[in-house]
Amino acid sequence: MEATTRQFTGNARQALKNDNLRAALDKLSHGFPYKRLEAAARLPEFEALRDQSRDIKAHVLENLDFYLQQFESKVIEQGGQVHWAKDAAEARDIILAICQEAGAETVTKSKSMIGEEIAINGHLEANGVRPVETDLGEYIIQLRKEPPSHLIAPAIHLSMDQVADTFKDKHREFAADRPLDQPRELLEEARTMLRREFLAADVGLTGANLLIAETGSIALVTNEGNADLTLTLPNTHIAIASIEKAVPTLEDATTILRVLARSATGQELSVYTTFVSGPKRPDDMDGPENFHVVLLDNGRTQMLGSEFHDMLRCIRCGACLNSCPVYGAIGGHAYGWVYSGPMGSVLMPGILGLEQTGDLPNASTLCGTCESVCPMRIPLPAMLRRWREQQHARRLTSTKSRMMLKLWAMLARRPGLYRAVMGLGVGFMRALAGGRGSLKSLPFAGGWTAVRDLPAPEGKTFTALWKERRK
Amino acid sequence: MSAGPAKKTRSVSSRDQVLSAIRGALGREGADGQNRPDLMARLDNPVPNRVPDRGRLDGPARIDLFQAEAERVSADVARVAGLDAVPGAIAAYLGENGLPTALKVTPDAAIGDVPWAQQAALSVEFGATDGSDPVGVTGAYLGVAETGTVVLLSGETRPNSLNYLPDTHVVVIRADQIIGAYEEVWAQLRHDGGGLPRIVNWITGPSRSADIEQTLMLGAHGPRNLFIVIVGADDGKGIVMADDGTIVTADEGTRVGDAHG
Repeated sequence: MEATTRQFTGNARQALKNDNLRAALDKLSHGFPYKRLEAAARLPEFEALRDQSRDIKAHVLENLDFYLQQFESKVIEQGGQVHWAKDAAEARDIILAICQEAGAETVTKSKSMIGEEIAINGHLEANGVRPVETDLGEYIIQLRKEPPSHLIAPAIHLSMDQVADTFKDKHREFAADRPLDQPRELLEEARTMLRREFLAADVGLTGANLLIAETGSIALVTNEGNADLTLTLPNTHIAIASIEKAVPTLEDATTILRVLARSATGQELSVYTTFVSGPKRPDDMDGPENFHVVLLDNGRTQMLGSEFHDMLRCIRCGACLNSCPVYGAIGGHAYGWVYSGPMGSVLMPGILGLEQTGDLPNASTLCGTCESVCPMRIPLPAMLRRWREQQHARRLTSTKSRMMLKLWAMLARRPGLYRAVMGLGVGFMRALAGGRGSLKSLPFAGGWTAVRDLPAPEGKTFTALWKERRK
Repeated sequence: MSAGPAKKTRSVSSRDQVLSAIRGALGREGADGQNRPDLMARLDNPVPNRVPDRGRLDGPARIDLFQAEAERVSADVARVAGLDAVPGAIAAYLGENGLPTALKVTPDAAIGDVPWAQQAALSVEFGATDGSDPVGVTGAYLGVAETGTVVLLSGETRPNSLNYLPDTHVVVIRADQIIGAYEEVWAQLRHDGGGLPRIVNWITGPSRSADIEQTLMLGAHGPRNLFIVIVGADDGKGIVMADDGTIVTADEGTRVGDAHG
């Protein structure tokens, strides 16, 4: 997927004009965040479990080499194979080579953000292997050739009518006048189409929510059961995960699973939580003969030990998206690449480079809600500020904004001058407002006054008032 | 993977590069990352973290919580006195819901004693599924009360696809297989020995999706119906987790897992 992160501002403007999208996002902001609160209220230990989950991941990151090697040796012990990929291109090559080795024509996929990150579908298609997304939302956007717009609800930006149009366009074998105006009818049609794919696929490609070092297991969560069909029916199972997904023990995985679904959808637990260890055992009645895990770095080791280290605790629950006022206004596509919302604005500069990610660190009001709902207690606002500092220091911001900041700094360091200028400014604005008490337009503040009035200052400046009261 | 010697070499060196980048980032260049007795101890003797109080209920309250939580996520639950009553309960459920009565049953010892022949209304076959069976019947390894979750393992008599392909999944579980918290699943599996099977499933309700306009619908790819038949009553042996949150092993497999060899 071509990143359009540099065009964030333009993307966001477009998104704000999209009524379908606004309706969908409105529904989102009235759904998941409240369900999360209800789930948290049902579990008195929720806050303590967040603390423990944070500590587990912090511990893993400090010892990541150890846990990855333990995980690797356990996978191999059980007859699986582990492949290491420094970047997206290498991961794509590894996966394609396994598919070719298996003689694969069709690969079923369960939703994986790492799969999106390395753009595996395009690579497989270009080399004659057909990838089929099986998560319902992901299947819909694959048909529409769109990227996901949410970590766990990839088609959240679409209305039912849009999905129906897509199905009528792409599923030509059904009667053109069939009814498709209920979500249930759409689900049934997708289920029928995908059931065949599950049964016929040569390779199943999944992500992994957790890599468990103790047992060499991957943990996968879904609500649809699509990951389980993907990893059970084909003869080869490939799981792809970024390196920070490691946890020490089954107990540690369990603690994190207790906060994952509650933070994401407000469920106590996702419907299917599956722990996979190695390939089919000799006496098993089904399962793949070949099991591969691809471990991806792609910028993680750059973030490790840096001021963005804590971002690697993220478990991709989407809670920060669901409660973010900026995401809630513009949706995921405006962010321009695979991730979105507060976690995306912190992570994507780390993966793509700050030069490529434009205004993303500024796509936040720094209201702090994201940090307050993050199960891993990642200090997202503080890290957004750090990216802003780097943007400024590396002269990636506009000349105008750097000049204004310079001017401000100059004033702020000279209290006498500052008070004089502020006093003048207040007087100027009051005069401009006349008797109305508010300003319809103001030089340098057109962005504000274009859609609302600016209240004119009344009376004296804060410093003047402060001085008086101290007497 | 036999991707050819060139690929292999590159893959090995990528491994070394990633690992050395990690050590570099953590300020441990050149250190032997694996010689860490403290970390090995954590892996060799796993300790539960915080276990929620509701995962530590005893006796009948535990079974009640299991049922309530399962029903909360749209599973259907019936309780019967003994294995004799299982076919009748399944026939009644399928009848009430207008579902087909052809069962594909796992040849698993856990439900080997169910007298299927007593119910003429049911047609019963044993084995794996090719996807055409409308109803799958399986045993369970354990049930977890804290979220109404059934735990199923893959194995030589337990095809994993039977848990996912049929429209209706019936799980038969003894009341004394229902434990409080997930941590007891791991304790019991370690007690059984032999490492983990390929698949450990935690199943909490029937399949669902809300991917179209956030409308929740059951039966996305997996079963549309999950019917749990609880057999018997709690055996009164109590929970297997001590007050300090540590696991004490149940009496040599009489409590759970004895049917799983």
